Amino acid sequence: MTWNKARRKIVNAVMLSLTGVCTLVAAGTLVFILGYLFVNGAKSLNWDFFTKLPVPVGESGGGMANAIVGSAKVLLLATVIGVPIGFMGGVYLAEFGGTIFSAVVRYVTDLLNGVPSIVMGIFAYTIIVAQQKHFSTMAGGVALGVMMIPIAIRSSEEFLRAVPLSLREGAMALGASKSKAIWTVVVPAAKAGLITGIMLNLARVAGETAPLIFTSFGNSFWSPGWDKATAALPVMIYTYAIGPYDSWHQQAWAAGFVLLTLVLAVNIIARMILAKRGHVAR
Amino acid sequence: MSPSSTTVGDARPSFQNGGRAQSFAKRLRAGDEIAYTLTFLCAFAVILVTGLLVFELYGHSALTRQKFGWSFLVTSTWDPVQGQFGALPFIYGTAATSTLAMIISIPLGVGAAIFLAELAPPGISSGLTFLIELLAAVPSVIIGLLGVFVMIPILRTIEPGLRAVLGWTHLFDGPFYGVSIFAAGVVLSIMILPFIISISREVILAVPNDQREGALALGATRWESTWDVVVPFARKGIAGSIFLALARSLGETMAVTMVVGNDPKIGHSLFAPGYSIAAVIANEFTEATGDLYQSALIELGLVLFGVTIVINAAARLLVLTTTKKGMS
Amino acid sequence: MWLVEMSQGDRMQASPGRQLQTMSTLPNIGLPSGAESRPMPEAAAKLSADNLNFFYGNFQALHAISMKVYDKRVTAFIGPSGCGKSTFLRTLNRMNETVRHSRVEGDILLDGENIFRLDVNDVRRRVGMVFQRSNPFPKSIYENVAYGLRINTSLGRSALRDAVEHSLRRAALWEEVKDKLHQSAYGLSGGQQQRLCIARALAVNPEVLLLDEPCSALDPIATAKIEDLIFQLKDSCTIVIVTHNMQQAARVADFTGFFLLGKLIEFDNTTVIFKTPARKETEDYVTGRFG
Repeated sequence: MTWNKARRKIVNAVMLSLTGVCTLVAAGTLVFILGYLFVNGAKSLNWDFFTKLPVPVGESGGGMANAIVGSAKVLLLATVIGVPIGFMGGVYLAEFGGTIFSAVVRYVTDLLNGVPSIVMGIFAYTIIVAQQKHFSTMAGGVALGVMMIPIAIRSSEEFLRAVPLSLREGAMALGASKSKAIWTVVVPAAKAGLITGIMLNLARVAGETAPLIFTSFGNSFWSPGWDKATAALPVMIYTYAIGPYDSWHQQAWAAGFVLLTLVLAVNIIARMILAKRGHVAR
Repeated sequence: MSPSSTTVGDARPSFQNGGRAQSFAKRLRAGDEIAYTLTFLCAFAVILVTGLLVFELYGHSALTRQKFGWSFLVTSTWDPVQGQFGALPFIYGTAATSTLAMIISIPLGVGAAIFLAELAPPGISSGLTFLIELLAAVPSVIIGLLGVFVMIPILRTIEPGLRAVLGWTHLFDGPFYGVSIFAAGVVLSIMILPFIISISREVILAVPNDQREGALALGATRWESTWDVVVPFARKGIAGSIFLALARSLGETMAVTMVVGNDPKIGHSLFAPGYSIAAVIANEFTEATGDLYQSALIELGLVLFGVTIVINAAARLLVLTTTKKGMS
Repeated sequence: MWLVEMSQGDRMQASPGRQLQTMSTLPNIGLPSGAESRPMPEAAAKLSADNLNFFYGNFQALHAISMKVYDKRVTAFIGPSGCGKSTFLRTLNRMNETVRHSRVEGDILLDGENIFRLDVNDVRRRVGMVFQRSNPFPKSIYENVAYGLRINTSLGRSALRDAVEHSLRRAALWEEVKDKLHQSAYGLSGGQQQRLCIARALAVNPEVLLLDEPCSALDPIATAKIEDLIFQLKDSCTIVIVTHNMQQAARVADFTGFFLLGKLIEFDNTTVIFKTPARKETEDYVTGRFG
């Protein structure tokens, strides 16, 4: 009898400790990734990285200025496409919801959200690149923009819903129409959540590589306008990492460090804003 | 909910002349009307886009669908030069890498979720969860970067150890060059771990306290009350998190293609290189000469689309019925 | 036989010679003539609290509680909401330790031994608990009752089945569930679920059964069934019940303690508490002047 009790106590101690080990592994992985990138990336980082174009293979030096600008353009277009549609869709669901139609929209949004990013890339390819017969910044922007829509809808809806009914009713009781109440009271009240939602959304698509591989494709030079193929940061990381040259690998580390820092910084800031206001970031 | 049913515009004070009151009311209602229509259209746009997506995927894969029919899914020859396209190697690769990822990350994830939900003090629990959720924000290509330059060398060093301990399973036969199903499975497990942990932790936290107390009051140890009562109570939500993680791992592209070896072969060894659906699309799409080749790749995309939809739907069903918040 | 297996192990725990204590420690209240009073039986003190204080962080929830719970009797704790009666009940099986930042000062003796020096899982097996809202596990009816036995003993399959049946009979639930033992416990009605929880607690053969407002979520018929159960059980098991229903205390309890603001105001035979209470606060409460 006492042996059984002792065994139970041992099992208890061992299993509970194991769960702690699992947590350490999980948390430690992130710390390790960050640390490794910091060490390797920072040492390959220099001013040239941000200002120069990539140099031909074999030469040293050069940077990824075109990829940084290219990423920025693609993300800008993505934001212009994804955020307004997503936000307005979210307003519809939050303010005019309750119908079967809105249930269908929610379901389809979740569906779209679960689509792998590579499939989104195929989609943008078929509707733009295949038609135009060339790669372009615009195609890349469309691919990422479509990815942003479902995330934007759900997060906008969530934050708009979180605004208490009493605010809406207060506005309407003062004579405001429903739409005026929405734009002048509800949306401003949800401002923090909406903005952080956009930030998190951007951070998520900023790191996406797969959809860009056959839409914006890549470019060793500048890509003015929206009609030409362009370099993008994540795609450069991929290309350089699997390439055979050491100088390329170093550039990949530097680029990885820059990308990760940006993505994590946006994530941390957004989550901290949300946590302060009592929201839970998703 | 008819947007033109606002009565506010009608309740104008009587001292305003009828004409001005009318147009004001009309404008008000028009504002509502515009807002409603605009937002409705945007909501509808999602349905449109999804429909268009399915249409394009289906349409542009017509060539290979007609040529190979269902045998596309079970043929293992992938020979673009000869025009022979079979999806089996990629289905195998996707399944094998995801299965390995699950085997690694489910125990780790559920274990960590138990620790964070049951044992850790609230402050430490939120702090560590925050850190772990950040892992989900790391772009796939960066995990791939670390996979290539850090993880594969590490795997090379533990290779003899693995063979020694687990060689009897014949899962670790053959030469090991680093890039392999095994490497892909490990990077995938890193990427899906945060999802399992985050969701499982929430569902475990949501288990009513009187369940724990009921077990403790019978003389159960902390571990017994957690494992025998609390975790079973939360099993639907935990299963949902696993499905969600599976859906993510099936669609992961960059990290996998950087470490899997990109070899369309089916083998029994985890040490052999392989290929996943997402990886082959990423790798070969831009070099797909000819409509048949491209159609084959798009059909693969269609297959991936279908599979992830089904698994995601199952996941949401399980998670939504156990936690109050749905996933966004 | 499983009954013998359990009790032999436990007898070895209780220290010899400390089994019986006399009633001389009860307060001697000058009873007005004509008042009823049950004569003090020769009962042992199963549990006794000695100057017990309990803190949630800086807040003191229990102040210097000293009292005895008599063996094979029903003891009730009454008092208004927040008076500490449930908190005190939970110290008797050390369940309060599940709350973070809680602190206990003072002793609680089970058969003369300080429960804070014993293995906590052991204490909880010997002092069982039924909660306010029934909390069956997500298992079948059978497995719910069997759970305590599975973790605490190593009974074979047929011995286990006998034990489960025995507990369900003791809880007056056997006839209603014998044909659906392997169905989910959640298919039972509220009253049945609570009796299942009682059966589950009884399965490990506790010496004391703590009931924390067990009928507060139940309808009158289900309540009556559980009160009947208490009468039947008290011959084999010491019972402590917390209730906000004074009539219930009057119906089922031999002894009653009145709590107010974390203090034990008065403790005596139930008849005395309700008919001729010594303290004004007790009288105000039982006559309904407050609470």
